Amino acid sequence: MKMKVIYTDNNATTQVDPAVLSEMLPYLEQYYGNPSSMHTFGGQVARKITEARAKTAALLGAKPEEILFTSCGTESDSTAIRAAIASNPDKRHIVTTRVEHPAVKNLCEQLAKGGYRITFVPVDRNGALDLDLLYKSLTNDTAIVSIMWANNETGVVFPIEEIAAEVRSRRIVFHTDAVQAVGKLPINLGKLDIDMLSLSGHKIHAPKGIGALYIRKGTKFAPFLIGGHQESGRRGGTENVASIIALGKACELAGANLHEENTRVKELRDRLENALLKKVHKAFVNGGTEKRLPNTTSIAFEYVEGEAILLMMNEFGICASSGSACTSGSLEPSHVLRAMGVPFTAAHGSIRFSLSIYNTQAEIDFIVEKLPPIIARLRELSPFWKSAVA
Amino acid sequence: MWEYTDKTKDHFLNPRNVGVVENADGVGEVGSMACGDALKLTFKLDENQRIKEAKFQTFGCASAIASSSALTEMIIGLTIEEAEKVTNEQIAQFLGGLPKEKMHCSVMGRDALEKAIACYRGEAAKKIDGEVVCECFGITDLEIKRVVLENNLATIEEVTDYVKAGGGCGKCHEKIQTIIDDLTGLQKSEKKKAAPMTNIQKIKLIEETLRREVKPALEKDGGNIELVDVDGSRVLVTLRGTCATCSKSQITLKNYVEFKLRELVADDLVVEEV
Repeated sequence: MKMKVIYTDNNATTQVDPAVLSEMLPYLEQYYGNPSSMHTFGGQVARKITEARAKTAALLGAKPEEILFTSCGTESDSTAIRAAIASNPDKRHIVTTRVEHPAVKNLCEQLAKGGYRITFVPVDRNGALDLDLLYKSLTNDTAIVSIMWANNETGVVFPIEEIAAEVRSRRIVFHTDAVQAVGKLPINLGKLDIDMLSLSGHKIHAPKGIGALYIRKGTKFAPFLIGGHQESGRRGGTENVASIIALGKACELAGANLHEENTRVKELRDRLENALLKKVHKAFVNGGTEKRLPNTTSIAFEYVEGEAILLMMNEFGICASSGSACTSGSLEPSHVLRAMGVPFTAAHGSIRFSLSIYNTQAEIDFIVEKLPPIIARLRELSPFWKSAVA
Repeated sequence: MWEYTDKTKDHFLNPRNVGVVENADGVGEVGSMACGDALKLTFKLDENQRIKEAKFQTFGCASAIASSSALTEMIIGLTIEEAEKVTNEQIAQFLGGLPKEKMHCSVMGRDALEKAIACYRGEAAKKIDGEVVCECFGITDLEIKRVVLENNLATIEEVTDYVKAGGGCGKCHEKIQTIIDDLTGLQKSEKKKAAPMTNIQKIKLIEETLRREVKPALEKDGGNIELVDVDGSRVLVTLRGTCATCSKSQITLKNYVEFKLRELVADDLVVEEV
């Protein structure tokens, strides 16, 4: 018997939408031509790429020529940051935050070894950025400011509009990793001071292996992948045709589903969060809840360890993720929770639920039924629990 | 996802001997919540001096719970002399093996057992002297030497997998490597003896080291450091930014700043805050 899967790990990856799949399949089966070819067989594929580019641009309020297709969010981030420093060779300072995705964080740490000065702007207990410190860190030597739009672990949303305007006023390049924000928050780049923005297909119901980078017209750029003339010379390599078409369709659907994300999905998230906090003592939400993605909640269950929770939920087919050390293969809990100052005792027991439009109320109620006894059972096993409640 | 054996999964989902033995003859507690796992082992002997009852309480991941459960099953029926021969490798084998990153869970079981036996014998818990090498997890050189020898470990990653040392900030990697090298007979090439420096040269080199090596690291956490004076081998500094108010600043000063300066400038330097 195949167990039913209750998937609440959509910040990790999402189900490919059936409409997306049927849109891309013909380009794996019949229409396998190379869009660069002179013959119609290939050329007809190029038209579909143009269409996908327009749809991707439309979701962001951008112009089609401002969209560069990449292989993933990480490539988009690397391309953006490396392009900015290559175009400003005399500048040796980068500003980012302490809670970035490894795609940005580890690249910056690597660049630090190469002599770049990196400012990692801290966050407070709610996960909110220290804007004062951020603005004070900007100098004539700053090549790029790269700040995520929304945090993947807590869902906390940064005031990107305001930050972008301030950074632009200093004539510094501003990049945002919007992998978690796209499709969940309305974005209109035509009205914002953002120079570059990264997105990833598999977070919005397209397949893995496709991403995009928005590059505002007029932004200095240097390609990351050197090769052919594809993507107007900004990224060499034959296009991942089917996946680009999939991304276009996924962007179209994301625009149409934005309202549902912010109403029904948000209500489901709130229902889950409220019910769990009510039923489980010594549990709290990581990060401020005011400005937060509609689909995400990170809940710390004190005195228990996250991997044990996940594996016990797994027995019921419930999929989520954890900020615990043990799940990542590292020994310390997530850098995001540590940067926020979440005590280790609670960080180890933090579980992230990230919903999508495919989740139902029945699924949420199932989690609410199954999880509290799991926490209770693990607390019974724990040598600290009795003294904690005594 | 970890590749746990069916036996590990079974001991995690259906742990044996959970709880605390009443009027226990031996109690052993290791780990802490901050470290991510902890185990309390209790046992009681029968009239033939064999372990009649053993129970555990564990805070930790699936393999920590499974290792604890396995340990209790393994020692019930043994004499103290037999129990004290149980190794971490045997605990892992009992479960059909553990992922290498999870070997520290079996070491935790062994440590708790040793403490419980020491408690039974009325010995003060075997004091693990030695010098703390890994500040993040509080692991001493003696503990590292022991796992290296007992499990034939050859790399820093392996040491981290077995006792967690080196799994945090990473500053102790060099020391761990030295321990491994010493034990495996590889002598690191002798530190080059630098020609004696003039005072001016020394101050310049200290300044340069602070600027290139120390400041960027402190700035990552919003801190900073200023050189005030150099008096013989005393390096006087002030800490600024978040370092100025950070409770860990003394550790930073001694274990990081002083370490770097000794490594790159002179062996005898002492860093002091003014």
